[in-house]
Amino acid sequence: MTAAPLLELDNLSTHYVSAQGTRVVRAVDEVSLRLNAGETLGIVGESGSGKSTLALTILRVLPPAARIVGGRMLFDGEDLVTKSDAEMQHIRGKRIAMILQDPMASLNPLFTIGDQVAEPIRVHEGARRATAWSRARDLLKAVRIPSPETRLTQYPHEMSGGMRQRIVGAIGISCEPRLLIADEPTTSLDLTIQAQYLRLLHDLQQAHGLALIFITHNLGIVAKMCDQLAVMYAGRMVESGPVSRIFNAPAHPYTRALLNSIPRMGDPDQRLVAIDGQPPDLSALPPGCSFAPRCPQVMPRCRNAAPPPFAPEEGRVARCWLAEPAAVGGDFRVASGVA
Amino acid sequence: MSIPADVVRLPTPSPPRFAAIRALRLGDVPLVPLVILGIIALVAVFANQLAPHNPEIGSLTARFKPPFWVTGGSTEYLFGTDQLGRDVLSRLIFGARVSMVVGFTAVFFAGIVGTALGIISGYLGGWVDQVIMRVTDTWLALPALMFAIFLASIVGPSMWNIVIILGLVYWTRYARVIRGEVLSLKEREFVRLAIVAGCSKLTIMRRHILPNVINSAVVLGTLMLGVVIITEATLSFLGVGVPPPEPAWGLMLSDGKQGLMVGYWWLTVFPGGCIVLMVLSANLLGDWLRVKFDPQLRQL
Amino acid sequence: MPVLEAAGLSKHFAARRGLFGGDRGTVRAVDGISFTIERGQTLGIVGESGCGKTTTAKLVLGLEVPTGGTMRFEGRDLQELDTAGRRHYRKSVQAVFQDPYASLNPRMRIGAIIAEPLVTNEQLAAAEVRERVLDLLDMVGLPGRAADLFPHEFSGGQRQRIAIARALALSPALIVLDEPVSALDVSIRAQILNLLRDLQARLGLSYLFIAHDLAAVAHMSHTIAVMYLGKIVETGEARALARAPKHPYTEALFSAALPSHPDERREEIILPGEVPSPLNPPSGCRFHPRCPHAMTRCADEEPMLRYVEGRIVACHLYDQGGEASGAAVPLEAVANAD
Repeated sequence: MTAAPLLELDNLSTHYVSAQGTRVVRAVDEVSLRLNAGETLGIVGESGSGKSTLALTILRVLPPAARIVGGRMLFDGEDLVTKSDAEMQHIRGKRIAMILQDPMASLNPLFTIGDQVAEPIRVHEGARRATAWSRARDLLKAVRIPSPETRLTQYPHEMSGGMRQRIVGAIGISCEPRLLIADEPTTSLDLTIQAQYLRLLHDLQQAHGLALIFITHNLGIVAKMCDQLAVMYAGRMVESGPVSRIFNAPAHPYTRALLNSIPRMGDPDQRLVAIDGQPPDLSALPPGCSFAPRCPQVMPRCRNAAPPPFAPEEGRVARCWLAEPAAVGGDFRVASGVA
Repeated sequence: MSIPADVVRLPTPSPPRFAAIRALRLGDVPLVPLVILGIIALVAVFANQLAPHNPEIGSLTARFKPPFWVTGGSTEYLFGTDQLGRDVLSRLIFGARVSMVVGFTAVFFAGIVGTALGIISGYLGGWVDQVIMRVTDTWLALPALMFAIFLASIVGPSMWNIVIILGLVYWTRYARVIRGEVLSLKEREFVRLAIVAGCSKLTIMRRHILPNVINSAVVLGTLMLGVVIITEATLSFLGVGVPPPEPAWGLMLSDGKQGLMVGYWWLTVFPGGCIVLMVLSANLLGDWLRVKFDPQLRQL
Repeated sequence: MPVLEAAGLSKHFAARRGLFGGDRGTVRAVDGISFTIERGQTLGIVGESGCGKTTTAKLVLGLEVPTGGTMRFEGRDLQELDTAGRRHYRKSVQAVFQDPYASLNPRMRIGAIIAEPLVTNEQLAAAEVRERVLDLLDMVGLPGRAADLFPHEFSGGQRQRIAIARALALSPALIVLDEPVSALDVSIRAQILNLLRDLQARLGLSYLFIAHDLAAVAHMSHTIAVMYLGKIVETGEARALARAPKHPYTEALFSAALPSHPDERREEIILPGEVPSPLNPPSGCRFHPRCPHAMTRCADEEPMLRYVEGRIVACHLYDQGGEASGAAVPLEAVANAD
């Protein structure tokens, strides 16, 4: 008997609407996924895939031009779409936290580190300043910042990029959230600092039973850190499932093409297989499957009708006509392809 | 239960009653200032055809006539006459020419000098930059109006002298702003690539820097237009501007101020109103342009 | 003969602090490095922030003047070149930079952008220039009508192709590629990397390839040089170096590279501390504060570059087993390695 998932998105859609209501950009289009407590999910996509909008949607911090136009977001059984602003404020930072790519933009240059780490504790738990500061010191120690007492009174500009990102992480876990969403957290970090940081996130996750969502364009992070993977293209989730299964046998041609286009260190004679064309313009999507113009295995059917999500295996979903179950016998077949 | 602001079921089209207001902004362009400036420009060009009377020669029998809708006025002198019997409307029309010519030419002149110095200073850096910037600082520290009056009293009044004086007073605003932009432009990769391709410094300034700062210079120009026109009007008001009998709106204000005491309001209200209209339109246009090319000119 | 040889190349910047600009120390951005770029081959440089790879690129491009050491282009010392020689060098070394949106002048048409190096350096008739531009566009896979369009009408990947076309205009011998694909979408990167490799094979180009994506560097390069705080710590044949690094820093760097498959298990070496600032480098071996194998000797004595089993390494761990003691390793040794 499986426990209820921690986060379940059910046909969630977020659209950007222009002022006159004339142009609609379907940034997130009928996305469904589930995440269990303590699991790590990687959401992979390129620019314009909608992955960042998805993160903002979960936390309900969308810009004014964006609207959730359909679907449900169940967090611990409660639908976040129907919550009021006041209710969401109790959830943000306390039950769901988020860390962003640029630590310098996430930290206020005018406030001390101590103030900023203590802030969520004071806001959500009503703690007094002294208590919050001592908690902040413990948090800095938990994210492995050396001499935390001195750091509390310092300012963000006095820290290196790696340390700032760890402070942002400390702010994120300060109220022991159940879910942490990390949007490209290591893109601005050097390689060895990235290694430190990912190890830290992994250890924090083990220690606190956090569920983690990594939003990234880098399949390497997914390979290293994630249990589950969801691939987004043009606002839709084109493939999802366990990471190893997808890396071994991708069901969607886009996933397969991505995996083949990345240089692999141990493979000296690898010929990178490039994907033709450009990522699509979200305000002018072609009819049918949005990957059809670039798909190496496109069929005429693909240009007419967008494929619904199919389940080629237990626990996997792929939006591709190639993953459609065979007609006779109800056998599910994964589209095989040369990896 | 009320639906939270970021969650709605359908995109909402805007109600039709605002369509009329939206039409006033034809595709986001500010019509009103453009139309006003356009009218003033046309009037200036076709002054000879439009003006009913000679603006410089008056009939002493027709002094201080009020505008035609006030008792005592006649349709012969639509906006009345001044102390020498000259038709106010004709003087306004020819005054438009002065304001337009002086305004645009001075702004253009200031722009050329200021932009060139800004580019040279910003791109070459080093001692050239130091020298030009110190000169700019000193120049800026001088009170513009005082300086203009001082220069005007030295060289003597004439329209072209005023243009040159105004240009000399206001080039510094350009130099500062353009230099700032050039400083960030020259770090852009396409400038580095031009150096790698072997282009000379002069070529880079001409081909790569200049076209990318022209936008800012133009916007700055429209914003300076209002300032320049007011300064010209002030100079004329103080008697050191465009010399009589050439009609200038500022001069008309100066001549007419004595008439205020006796109730001859049309001698000041009309020229003053014209100045306000022109400067306001220039400012609104400049503001719109600034917002359009937003990133560069946020600081203004 | 190698296209470019650098020996003991240095670039020091004066760090000015204080109101009156007293000299408060030197930033040794590049501190005595030596490398060789062979004809038709790619030298990849990897390293983290502050290692000096960007400054090295600028030195090679002539955007900065070295404060020490020599560079030889086609055998001739750059400092001894006359004007004609210098101009020849300029034409022979071109660049492609990271940001495709800042690499093209937004106010120039593509044709003019690509033709600029030609027009600046050669006296050609307009028709010849036009023909060459169309040739170049074809070489990078863009249609001829692109020449009349402006940069904003192109995507990031297409702009990078235009930048490559421009770099090829003078038929250079060496192109410096500074993070050429980092700013591009993942699905576009392979297109550009493949294009670069094809051009290298067709035209016999040499590349100086700088990137932080280790797998991309290993894929594109014949030789890799690893830099740390202004020094080269290891140089060697690309595949061998990636598979079996010798210097502890190289080991840590490559172990930090992300795997390409979830089942790829790699020994995790997590380095303590931060990447130090080039203003105040540690004494002796610059890596010793973070090195898992540091010995007492490392804090006092800077290790010399030694030739070890086909690799060039600067590390005291290899002092005993290494050959060729002495200050510099003969540069021909690098070319003959592996």
